Amino acid sequence: MTTLMAILIGCLYAASIYMMLRRSMVKLLIGLILLSNAANLLIFTVAGLERGVPPLIAQGAETITGPTADPLAQALILTAIVIAFGVLAFAVVLLHRAYEVIKTDDMNEMKGTD
Amino acid sequence: MLYVVLSLFVLACLAPLLHRYTGRHSGSLLALVPATLFSFFAAQLALVSQGEVLSQRWLWFPGMDIHLSFLLDGLSLLFALLITGIGTFILLYANRYLEGHPALGRFFLFLLTFMGAMLGLVLADNLITLFVFWELTTVSSFMLIGFNHENAESRQKAHQGLMVTVIGGLALMTGFIMLGFAAGSYELSDILQQDLTGHALYLPMLVLILLGAFTKSAQTPFHFWLPNAMAAPTPVSAYLHSATMVKAGIYLLARLQPTLGDSAAWMLTLSAIGAITMLTGIFLASRATGIKKVLAYSTVMALGTLTMLLGLGTEKAALAAVTFLLAHALYKGALFMIAGILDHEAGIKDFQHASGLRHKMPKTCAVAVIAALSLAGVIPLFGFVAKELLLEAVLSGSHWQIALIIATVLANIFVVLVAALLAIKPWFGEEIATPKKAHDPGIAMLSGPMVLASLSLVLGLFPFIADKWLLQAAASAVYGNQITDYLALWHGVNLPLLLSLTSLCFGLLLYSQWPRWRQFTSGVDRLSAFGPEALYTKMMAGLVIFAGWQTKVLQNGYLRNYLLTTIATMLLLVGWAMLRLEHFNITFDLHDVKIQEATVFLILLVTILSAVLVKSFLAAVALLGALGFAVALIYVFFSAIDVGITQVLVETITVLLLVLVLYRLPEFRKLSSNMNRARDAVIAISSGILITLLVLLVTNARDMEGISSFFIANSVPEGYGRNIVNVILVDFRALDTLGEIFVLALVAIGIYAMVHLRTGSKPVTNADKRLASELKRMNTTQGDKK
Amino acid sequence: MSRQFNMRSLILSTGTTIILPLLLLFSLFLLLRGHDEPGGGFIGGLVAAAAIALKLFADDYPSAKSLLRVHPLQIVGVGLAIAALSSLPSLFVGDNFFTAQWWSLDIPIFGTLKLSTPLFFDIGVFLGVIGTVLTAIFTLVEVEH
Repeated sequence: MTTLMAILIGCLYAASIYMMLRRSMVKLLIGLILLSNAANLLIFTVAGLERGVPPLIAQGAETITGPTADPLAQALILTAIVIAFGVLAFAVVLLHRAYEVIKTDDMNEMKGTD
Repeated sequence: MLYVVLSLFVLACLAPLLHRYTGRHSGSLLALVPATLFSFFAAQLALVSQGEVLSQRWLWFPGMDIHLSFLLDGLSLLFALLITGIGTFILLYANRYLEGHPALGRFFLFLLTFMGAMLGLVLADNLITLFVFWELTTVSSFMLIGFNHENAESRQKAHQGLMVTVIGGLALMTGFIMLGFAAGSYELSDILQQDLTGHALYLPMLVLILLGAFTKSAQTPFHFWLPNAMAAPTPVSAYLHSATMVKAGIYLLARLQPTLGDSAAWMLTLSAIGAITMLTGIFLASRATGIKKVLAYSTVMALGTLTMLLGLGTEKAALAAVTFLLAHALYKGALFMIAGILDHEAGIKDFQHASGLRHKMPKTCAVAVIAALSLAGVIPLFGFVAKELLLEAVLSGSHWQIALIIATVLANIFVVLVAALLAIKPWFGEEIATPKKAHDPGIAMLSGPMVLASLSLVLGLFPFIADKWLLQAAASAVYGNQITDYLALWHGVNLPLLLSLTSLCFGLLLYSQWPRWRQFTSGVDRLSAFGPEALYTKMMAGLVIFAGWQTKVLQNGYLRNYLLTTIATMLLLVGWAMLRLEHFNITFDLHDVKIQEATVFLILLVTILSAVLVKSFLAAVALLGALGFAVALIYVFFSAIDVGITQVLVETITVLLLVLVLYRLPEFRKLSSNMNRARDAVIAISSGILITLLVLLVTNARDMEGISSFFIANSVPEGYGRNIVNVILVDFRALDTLGEIFVLALVAIGIYAMVHLRTGSKPVTNADKRLASELKRMNTTQGDKK
Repeated sequence: MSRQFNMRSLILSTGTTIILPLLLLFSLFLLLRGHDEPGGGFIGGLVAAAAIALKLFADDYPSAKSLLRVHPLQIVGVGLAIAALSSLPSLFVGDNFFTAQWWSLDIPIFGTLKLSTPLFFDIGVFLGVIGTVLTAIFTLVEVEH
């Protein structure tokens, strides 16, 4: 499965990089969304993939003895998702304002506009 | 001792406040503190002169062997006494000199900060602590030199001093780290027990440390910043150049001599650079006419002399160095303050416009003559003792005797010329009109030079006082062993005395021919176009041009170009590293893929591809939503329930947000050329492949145990929670989460501000409203006129 | 521009009226059980924010806004303050900064109430998330009006 995930992450990165290199700010935004998904999946995969063993300790137990998914990576990704959302929200409003003021999303035309 | 140093910093912060409330007496009040510190240090004389070393240590970064540790031996004590003693008088003096200056409070702030930094520097026992204080002196002296910041020239000079010393500081830091590494400790008290001259890192570390010390102490070819630093108010010059700032480099050399000094590289470099600096400094001094300029260049000469003495490495040279240092601090401090008095009370800045002031300023004149005689090294002043020792040390040196003795005597001839200029030119001869009505200053300004000059006299008559109480211990610290030599005023008629007399005669002769000498050497001025200062200016100009060029190329204002550069760099570096791998261990393993996972995988591939290719924003949003949910499924498949839920919710809200702005956003247009698209596609696809390989490599190469087992084991016993992810978020790594919600808060404020606080759209404050209505009224009246 | 963000659907509107309190309650439930089961401040906060956004879509902006009573930015501030303050109690008992503190209170009839700084911290996170999400949504809606 790791192989499949690796290919998926590669595709996500390729798509996001391609989108971020476009001149349109809207496409940049899409690239950002793809990038955050790619990065999260990257952390997730590298930490190790485990099926059906969530890092939850059973009632009354002290700890988990068997194999379990990596809780640290999950905590990191959870934060990353929310942060990425924050960045995205900011970028959306910024795009909105920019479009309102200069009537374009072409970043070549934005250059030099204060 | 920490409290001693800290007290000055605390006082520095309070100084502007104090100045506001106490007005013209603030300087005198502030001077009480260095005076108290002076008596504190004076009280340590008895112990230290016995060879005791006091030390104190506060742990700072114990893990990195960095401590706030302090050490008080003869050398530190000599410097500490000079810093606090002269500092007291400088504060009194500055209070009058800058009386009524609107920024006097700020001046005290800088001056006291500098004092604290300097004191910390000479007391520090830890290399890193020392370096911190070293840089603090650089920064605070920058503030002091550029105190008249409205003046462009003053700013430029301050900038120059900063640049030169900061570059040296950078080298010094690297040298210190090497030194600490070589010695196995950053504590000076440990380092000084070792002789590191044989260490493999000795040469690089020596070069770097010397670079730091030489820039700070204005050794040729870095000597140019010191005279330029005269742009500072005179009290600053008096303080920085008599006892403190520029002597920091000398202090460092003296301090490290026991560890680094016993090698030919050290001795020859220091002697050569020192002698060259000595000659350059005094030659330029003999050509200058501005009083402060002359003093500054003669300070360069003194610094060169000290460096040369430290390069001799003998017992006598160590004693001569500390003696000369003390003598120099005493007379140069006095002379600088007198230069300031001449400027302040008579408006005279230049020797050429000064003459016959002895009747109007009798007290100043007397003090100036005594200090200048000490500079010239005339018996029975302390300068004489120092000069005798200097000549003796050079005569008994181990290398380059003839060259050094000629250089020293030559320098002394010119010193006599400078001393004569200071002692005779402004005071005697025909009285000429001065820009201001000349008169003696009040006791506050005169007390400093008076005390310093009388100390020159007293210590000259009874040199054993300084010797027994202070200089023996200081010289021993420099030499590394207890020294047996001693100071005396009268050594009998011997070679040094004869040389001294010769230079005196020649110097006076030269004084009588001073204008002719200046004319004779005027050709040298043309050389300055090729001097180190011109080089510095060229380098700075080149730096600006280079910065402009690289900004134009790299920071061209196109986000995608930045991205392109970054990504291409990553591609090259990671790809290169990957090609050099010995075990390229990648396995393609698809046998454990479940049917639902394969389905999600296919869905994802399709969505990604279509998200890139679709031509409408609405479709893209829908595709992104689908992609997000599919990713959430992956999280759930692989045991990340919390992450999956979060992803679903965030994805929902994201789509919602995008839909809200959807109508306003432009449709997709084709903006880039096909060429660019192809190039970007190649880069993007190769990055994708690279990342895929990277993931496969990394997952196969995990050979270290992660830290997650700690969280799994401690979640219930310590965190009382069974959802380990949540326990990590709110307990184990709560600080990170706090940081995260701070980011969220920033986002919220940013969004709110972007939309609600628009500049120019509507007046925000009452003042704005008034302005707006005013403008409107003006517009309408103009319209009426038309 | 007078585009409205509701669909004027009676079913959705009525459904929301019923479902909204349940969603909000559910978000609290997710928040409080988060320490032991899936859930927590982030998830709870997102659910609550989504619930209020649902109200926005089903009815209209004023009614969604009146549901909150305060500006969402204020919620962010309060959340941040709670989270930051929950780091302090440890200092008073001499532990390191941010060390979790646990207290259990015995309340008659209801049994034992377990309070802890991580709980307060999670509540701070919860409020911070609600505030931020709603600030973004409300701001965009206001612009459209």
